[in-house]
Amino acid sequence: MSALSRFLDSDFVYSFRRSPVAVVSAVVVLIIVLCAVFAPLVSPHDPFDLASISLLDSLKPPVFLPDGDWSFPLGSDDQGRDVFSSILYGTRISMIVAALAIGFSLVVGITVGLVAGYAGGAVDAVLMRIVDVQLTFPAILIALLVDGVVRAVLPPAAQDALQLDVIVFAIGISRWPQFARTVRGSTMIERGRDYVMAARVIGISSPRIMVSHILPNVLGPVLVIATLNLGLAVLDEATLSFLGVGLPPTQPSLGTLIRFGNNFLFSGEWWITIFPGLTLAAIVLSINLLGDWLRDALNPRLR
Amino acid sequence: MFAFILARLLQAIPVLLVVAFISFAMFQFVGDPLVALLGQNFTAEEADRMRHTLGLDQPFLVQYVHFLGRVLQGDFGISYRLARPVGELLAERLPATVELSLTAAVLALLVGVPLGVLTGIKRNAVISRAMMVFSLIGVSLPTFLIGILLILFFAVQLGVLPSYGRGDIVHFSHWTTGFLTSSGRQAVILPAITLGMFQMTLILRLVRSEMLEVMRSDFIKFARARGLTSRAINFNHALSNTLVPVFTIVGLQLGMLIAFSIVTETVFQWPGMGLLLVQSIGNADIPVMSAYLLLIAVVFVTINLVVDLLYFAVDPRLRGGGK
Amino acid sequence: MALLEVSQLCVEFPTRRGTLRALDNISFGIEPGEILGVVGESGAGKSLTGSAIIGLLEPPGRVASGQIIFDGKRIDNLDQEAMRAIRGRHIGAIFQDPLTTLDPLMSVGKQLIETMQTHLKLSDRDAKARAIQWLEEVGIPAASERVFAYPHQFSGGMRQRVVIALALCAEPRLVIADEPTTALDVSIQAQIITLMRRLAADHGTSIMLVTHDMGVIAETCDRVAVMYAGRIVEIGPVENVVRSPQHPYTEGLMGSIPSLEARVARLRQIDGAMPRLNAIPQGCAFNPRCTKVMDRCREERPDLLPAGTTEAACFLVQGGAR
Repeated sequence: MSALSRFLDSDFVYSFRRSPVAVVSAVVVLIIVLCAVFAPLVSPHDPFDLASISLLDSLKPPVFLPDGDWSFPLGSDDQGRDVFSSILYGTRISMIVAALAIGFSLVVGITVGLVAGYAGGAVDAVLMRIVDVQLTFPAILIALLVDGVVRAVLPPAAQDALQLDVIVFAIGISRWPQFARTVRGSTMIERGRDYVMAARVIGISSPRIMVSHILPNVLGPVLVIATLNLGLAVLDEATLSFLGVGLPPTQPSLGTLIRFGNNFLFSGEWWITIFPGLTLAAIVLSINLLGDWLRDALNPRLR
Repeated sequence: MFAFILARLLQAIPVLLVVAFISFAMFQFVGDPLVALLGQNFTAEEADRMRHTLGLDQPFLVQYVHFLGRVLQGDFGISYRLARPVGELLAERLPATVELSLTAAVLALLVGVPLGVLTGIKRNAVISRAMMVFSLIGVSLPTFLIGILLILFFAVQLGVLPSYGRGDIVHFSHWTTGFLTSSGRQAVILPAITLGMFQMTLILRLVRSEMLEVMRSDFIKFARARGLTSRAINFNHALSNTLVPVFTIVGLQLGMLIAFSIVTETVFQWPGMGLLLVQSIGNADIPVMSAYLLLIAVVFVTINLVVDLLYFAVDPRLRGGGK
Repeated sequence: MALLEVSQLCVEFPTRRGTLRALDNISFGIEPGEILGVVGESGAGKSLTGSAIIGLLEPPGRVASGQIIFDGKRIDNLDQEAMRAIRGRHIGAIFQDPLTTLDPLMSVGKQLIETMQTHLKLSDRDAKARAIQWLEEVGIPAASERVFAYPHQFSGGMRQRVVIALALCAEPRLVIADEPTTALDVSIQAQIITLMRRLAADHGTSIMLVTHDMGVIAETCDRVAVMYAGRIVEIGPVENVVRSPQHPYTEGLMGSIPSLEARVARLRQIDGAMPRLNAIPQGCAFNPRCTKVMDRCREERPDLLPAGTTEAACFLVQGGAR
């Protein structure tokens, strides 16, 4: 049997195909990712193209309400931007920020975890103590404070240009301890294995053992956690942007869209904020559902 | 028992010192306090004098110890933005946040635990499945979106509940409460639901999974083999064993409520510490940020300690005695 | 009349790769006051038989066919509530690991009182008095002071005594003991076995003793059933089965008991392993490992029929094709 057909016949794939929830959420995640990647091709308008925006089109309701029409399927905002297109571009930005932040988290977490697990002793104790202390606080609070401190340090002129980097850094720094802890655990197990002993005996350097021998073996569980954290990072970004300390209106993410739409809630133009909100909820819900299923599938005891 | 509490306190102190250090570092080195206090134009002489008054010319560790001393006296410096002592600002805002968090916590527990038990016992019933879907939505919906939806429905469409502020409040020396006026009680409903929703669904799922775990244990099988009624098994055996681990996590989560209230307070313009923090971050008001960090750390450490003590009271295995 | 009569019991587990038959045509009986040993390798279906009798098969496992008759009444088709009233009251159970069988958050006295009051009409005072009495009877020292102690305050052996008290406190007529000594120290095993025998004799209780330890069976039981791959391959009075086993598998099992009298050079062992439930061979399930296998064994399945002084499911001793 080939590797592919063996995979398709595995319990894992079987339980995936038998779980409608898993299939549907996987499809939703896939659609959203594709829409985000191909936003410029898919969206009917370009919300950044000032020439194509007309104030005459402002505050149009979505197509299913009276006065709505198909040129603005989900309505338009106060500037006359198409809400649907804004959502596509916003999703793209949200996903980029989340992916970069998790990537950053992974790099920091894996490095710390490898070093702590491999070195052991005092180094391990100190690093893990830091992890413990940070895990006491909610990630969003850390991200918020880091964001605030970085803003205070940066000269005002640089702030707007570096906004995206700041938020990636803030979210990334708030989520690394989980990865560090997982990697450390697996590293400590792998370190005792014969192949690592053998590598040490023939004199391969420690960093090289860590990267080329231990790392590939601890990557599996880390990637699962990373996927799950991606949903949380999307949520973090939206929350920071909603609080007004995230991305500026020039780079509107879903959170930014919700924040600005919120101002129109009382005057009746609910679609400006609710549609981006529902999109965000759909992304996070699908990733959570997938994660839930994944955890159950990998933990046969619960079946 | 006493030794246990002492040991826990000793463990907490380094954590607090580390957080205090970060807070100190933020306070001291982020931004220029001289600019903040003297404005943009000052002479070198003025700067030196100010540095001396602030103790900035002293060795690093001495400054840290002085910082700790001031913090212990409730002196967190002056807010750049509001030009008022930070301690005073936080004390003013504290009651609003505490009342909101407590209401949310009570709500989350009162709804979350029974629903968790129900879905744990009647694992495959339609209502349990519906509840699980609902709880997943609750976990996934961002707090601010829940708030916005609630405002849209109850404040904008129905117009039955206020959408912002705390209503009328009553003063008691240092404390203010909204519980005693009808507008205050109405005002807390939507924010409390918003803040409590996430914790509620979390508790629901936690109780359920612990319940399922306990239901598979040998002593539950043995209880069945002894012919006990399902009622006795569920409530006298399964539930008590479920609640022990749930206790810790729920306790810690309740600490998180105070931190999570940042978002809820922003949505509802609730005049608590969270709203103050968000406004401070927007204005790079470092003293408020550093004080908030310290305060949250103290709250968390205290809650940890209380949870440990509760654990002690609930689990006979920890109470000692015997072998 | 037999107290318990199991006839042609089949238990099945539906899985996605077809239905697995975990118990296949099991028939046996237990007389009042009798101790029946059930022996076999792990996975042979011993514990499952016990679970099926007390109606606690773990889903998706289910009784597919056959009957279980207790005290003249059929109990395998009762509803949950009726079966619950029988458990503990008429059929008790003792589990393997005393460390995990007791609720850690409830005192042993309360667990006893709760069990008795579920099944018997007892005032709180009487129940407490009987709880102390039971603890004394199973040999807990200073029972009246320790009645409200928690499980973690007892040693493993003491906890198993508490479990026995719990199984017997509503005076059931049959107790199913699933590996009651396996998790205990060797020195304590003998004490527990002695205790169970004494209590069974005092109260006239029948016991179905499930174990993989042939030594325990030989010391304790009146009759023994040998299970292999979900079937009973031999059943009969303990002495006869031990002295002159008829089935080659039983013979192999006996060969694996160290004996002081017969000094054999080395213990015999059975080659190979018991088949998994999804790979039980056609004919006699034991045929791939049997040293005396015949063509017929690979095609036909032998029934459990009288052979010598026992009953065995083997063509060799049924005069079939010798």
